Amino acid sequence: MTEEALHRALGLTDDEYALVEGVLDREPNHLELAMFAVMWSEHCSYKSSRLHLRRLPTSAPQVLVGPGENAGVIDAGDGVAIALRIESHNHPSAIEPYQGAATGVGGILRDVFTMGARPLAVMDPLFFGPPDDARARWLVEGVVAGISGYGNSVGVPTIGGELTFDEGYAQNPLVNVLCVGALPRERLVLGRASGVGNLAVLLGSRTGRDGIGGVSVLASAGFAGADGATSLDEEKRPSVQVGDPYEEKRLIEACLALLDEGLVVGIQDLGGAGLTCAASETAARGGVGMDVDVTAVPLREAGLAPWEVMTSESQERMLAIVRPEDLAAVESLCRRWEVRSAVVGRVTAPVPDAAGRPVGMLRVRQGFDGPVLAEAPAAALADDAPLYDRPRARPDDLDARLSDDPADEPAGDVGAEVLASLVDPAWVHRQYDSQLFLNTVVGPGRDAALLRLAGPGLPASERGFALTTDSNPRWCALDPRAGTALTLVEAVANLACVGATPAAVVNCLNFGNPEHPEVMWQLSEAVDGLAEACVATGLPVIGGNVSLYNESGGRDIDPTPVLGVLGLVARLVAAPPGWAWREGDTVVLVGPREARPDPFPLAGSLFARRRGRTGGRLGDLDPRALAASRFVAGEVARVCAGGASPVAAVHDVSAGGLAVALAEMAAASGVGLAWARPRGHAELFTEAPGRFVVATRDPAALTAAAAAAGVEASVLGTAGGGRLTLGELCDLAVGDLAERRASALPAALGL
Amino acid sequence: MSRVGVVVFPGSNCEHDVVGALTTLGGRAELVWHAETDLAAYDAVVLPGGFAHGDYLRPGAIARFSPVMGAVAALAEAGRPVLGICNGFQVLTEAGLLPGALQKNRGLTFLCQPTTLVVASTRSVLTRAAALGQELVVPINHFSGSYVCDDATYLALVERDQVVLRYRDNPNGSRGDIAGIANEAGNVVGLMPHPERALSALLGSADGRVLLEGFLAAADDAAGARALVAAP
Repeated sequence: MTEEALHRALGLTDDEYALVEGVLDREPNHLELAMFAVMWSEHCSYKSSRLHLRRLPTSAPQVLVGPGENAGVIDAGDGVAIALRIESHNHPSAIEPYQGAATGVGGILRDVFTMGARPLAVMDPLFFGPPDDARARWLVEGVVAGISGYGNSVGVPTIGGELTFDEGYAQNPLVNVLCVGALPRERLVLGRASGVGNLAVLLGSRTGRDGIGGVSVLASAGFAGADGATSLDEEKRPSVQVGDPYEEKRLIEACLALLDEGLVVGIQDLGGAGLTCAASETAARGGVGMDVDVTAVPLREAGLAPWEVMTSESQERMLAIVRPEDLAAVESLCRRWEVRSAVVGRVTAPVPDAAGRPVGMLRVRQGFDGPVLAEAPAAALADDAPLYDRPRARPDDLDARLSDDPADEPAGDVGAEVLASLVDPAWVHRQYDSQLFLNTVVGPGRDAALLRLAGPGLPASERGFALTTDSNPRWCALDPRAGTALTLVEAVANLACVGATPAAVVNCLNFGNPEHPEVMWQLSEAVDGLAEACVATGLPVIGGNVSLYNESGGRDIDPTPVLGVLGLVARLVAAPPGWAWREGDTVVLVGPREARPDPFPLAGSLFARRRGRTGGRLGDLDPRALAASRFVAGEVARVCAGGASPVAAVHDVSAGGLAVALAEMAAASGVGLAWARPRGHAELFTEAPGRFVVATRDPAALTAAAAAAGVEASVLGTAGGGRLTLGELCDLAVGDLAERRASALPAALGL
Repeated sequence: MSRVGVVVFPGSNCEHDVVGALTTLGGRAELVWHAETDLAAYDAVVLPGGFAHGDYLRPGAIARFSPVMGAVAALAEAGRPVLGICNGFQVLTEAGLLPGALQKNRGLTFLCQPTTLVVASTRSVLTRAAALGQELVVPINHFSGSYVCDDATYLALVERDQVVLRYRDNPNGSRGDIAGIANEAGNVVGLMPHPERALSALLGSADGRVLLEGFLAAADDAAGARALVAAP
């Protein structure tokens, strides 16, 4: 194969090949080409999205580290910092669900403990096709088992994440993973090399042939799909890495101990693009060079070529930058944790380029002082991938879709619609250890998870933190800009239900093929929508991940920006109210009863989707919804702090609308509700976010407090009896609601 | 005050939770690395939950060969309290310090959920402070928690009052709804549920307290007995 053909096989375009030649001022050799190919892949370089991501607001007083490092970090008070990161492992999970999902967990944990933080919790937003065929069930069961098998064993609780079933994900499931960790503020470390003469020490697993080309072959191209070409996708399976949670567990403990004892000056995980990425990024960030001895890398099998060693994505490896005088102590600590360590490189001084500017060179050598096999500026690999402003096009049929509003859909059988919308994800969540570290106050399956901010090695604190992941592909398919903005409003409302004030956002932008102009338009719009909502809420984006090429058989997924939002609770000594109301409670809708401009928009709702209606206009980003969230968060926070509030139960209105929120609360409490006068089925099924069902024993106090905060509160009825009655539209037995909710998922999976 | 050692195998993950729980209850607990071969300084020992040695081969199969296990056996032999929680229970059965074995859950999935336990015997270092028939809500968190043993062993367990905790609603297919057992002397106890996860209403249940308080009291008794022996 000629070099020309080789670069294409590695995933580089002809233009990119020419750029590499320009950087090196010569023809690259095979090894150099392989290194550029992985570093300049879409997955590693964000070359199609970076231009747009710059429009996101990233600063706020609480931000200690923003986007660009391994994880974002905020100051949580009391000397504790919180690190947050979200990633996708969509493509590997579609090919090999167990290992794909498992290594997704492993990778995100390394991103977080790289910052010096102990990983405290993981969340997994999952999107599958309808689980009604054998392959879909294999994917669901494999992904959940992979998260469970890896996460439980590695010793980090998994505290939830959404579970979405939709036809659009049948061939291209989405497996996102978010991790939060905490650290004493002063221990914050960054992934950079410094100190000429310092050593680069590779920690953890030996390097094998697994995952070679994962970022370029697998994650930066679509799938052939189920059109008879699935066998082509099967051939990609060797590009999926294999995880070992036991290795990772020891690696976490060893690295945190190394950081505790001040034995490393910088540390970086090896993920996508392997050693090439870790070496070039640490060197580029530190403005230094690095020599890597490719023969010093411990191998799983003999005979790996240098390009394989440099691009392997073998899991459970870290690169630590160590002062020579600390090496013995590092090795001894690693031995205790049975973690392999090997000196594979050393930090070198930058050398002047033709213009006399200092350039840190990444050199791959055969032996420390042996021949140079590859040589390139570290920053060229890590930072200088081409930036693409790919063509964007507003879809031709957009206007037609926007004008096709489902407001004219008849109500149909409202009771059947409610029952069909009830799904308890407990079958998934039961498989996750959600309690380790004794922090979990509200676990998976509720509006948001709520945890104490405590853990081994952290200063004592009564603070708490809350986490939610949210997405709404139905909204975003319709209007990616408004849909993404409303998704953030929904996330903030979820946090409010557990008393948390939002503090930071991370995003995982799952989109289709960026070479399709409509997909690039969706991405650009979604970024603008997120930016608008961040400005409206005063929230910074502290990190993110972009997953493109989510397509199969030429069909792109619906735009699926997933937002992970971290909230803080100042004092957490009592559990917040749950969903269960009691006989005699007054049930109140807190927040705007009517949205704007339409009072009860059905566009983008589950109700409309079930009827094949995918058009219409979403509601506006409503400041009244944000005010309602602030009010509810304040009231619930008082309960968490051990004080009193008229809020006795609370749940926000989301997928399925008010009808489903009420049904879920009735099912959770075993007590019914009679709501005499809903204003038609659209009020029951509209999903405008930032509205809350609150149950109270003191309606006068609740409405007075809401009025004082300028928030609307509308009494719906009184809890009691054994039936959920919504005017003339719906009358269901509470027992049926509970039974249907519990059995829906196992029944769908055929269990 | 007694000293409780909490053994850390590579792959253990509940060790900090157990130390925290015992400390909250007024005890004195310390982490002990699995390479330790002398536990003479400790009045009692806990093998915590997690995945010792990665659960390679099967849970507990490699941990039983860890250097510390000889000292654990000696402590058990000397009548001092030994408690295995979850993975620790699996290790104790593999090490032959408790009879039977733990196999994969009926249903073949991991289960993390609250369970209601019924105290079946108070003749053990774990259940001595509880009341017979008392119901306790304590979470489980395991893949391999279904207790199995042969008929003769089961009859002997029942006859000698060694079944200390049973599930009210069996979640995993355990023989005889067994959630925890003791050795004949009652000083070695293994259970699959996690009492350290049920220490406060904030986290869902405080019912684990009566179990760990009983264990700490037993550790104090052991410390007292040693002091008597040591006294001239």
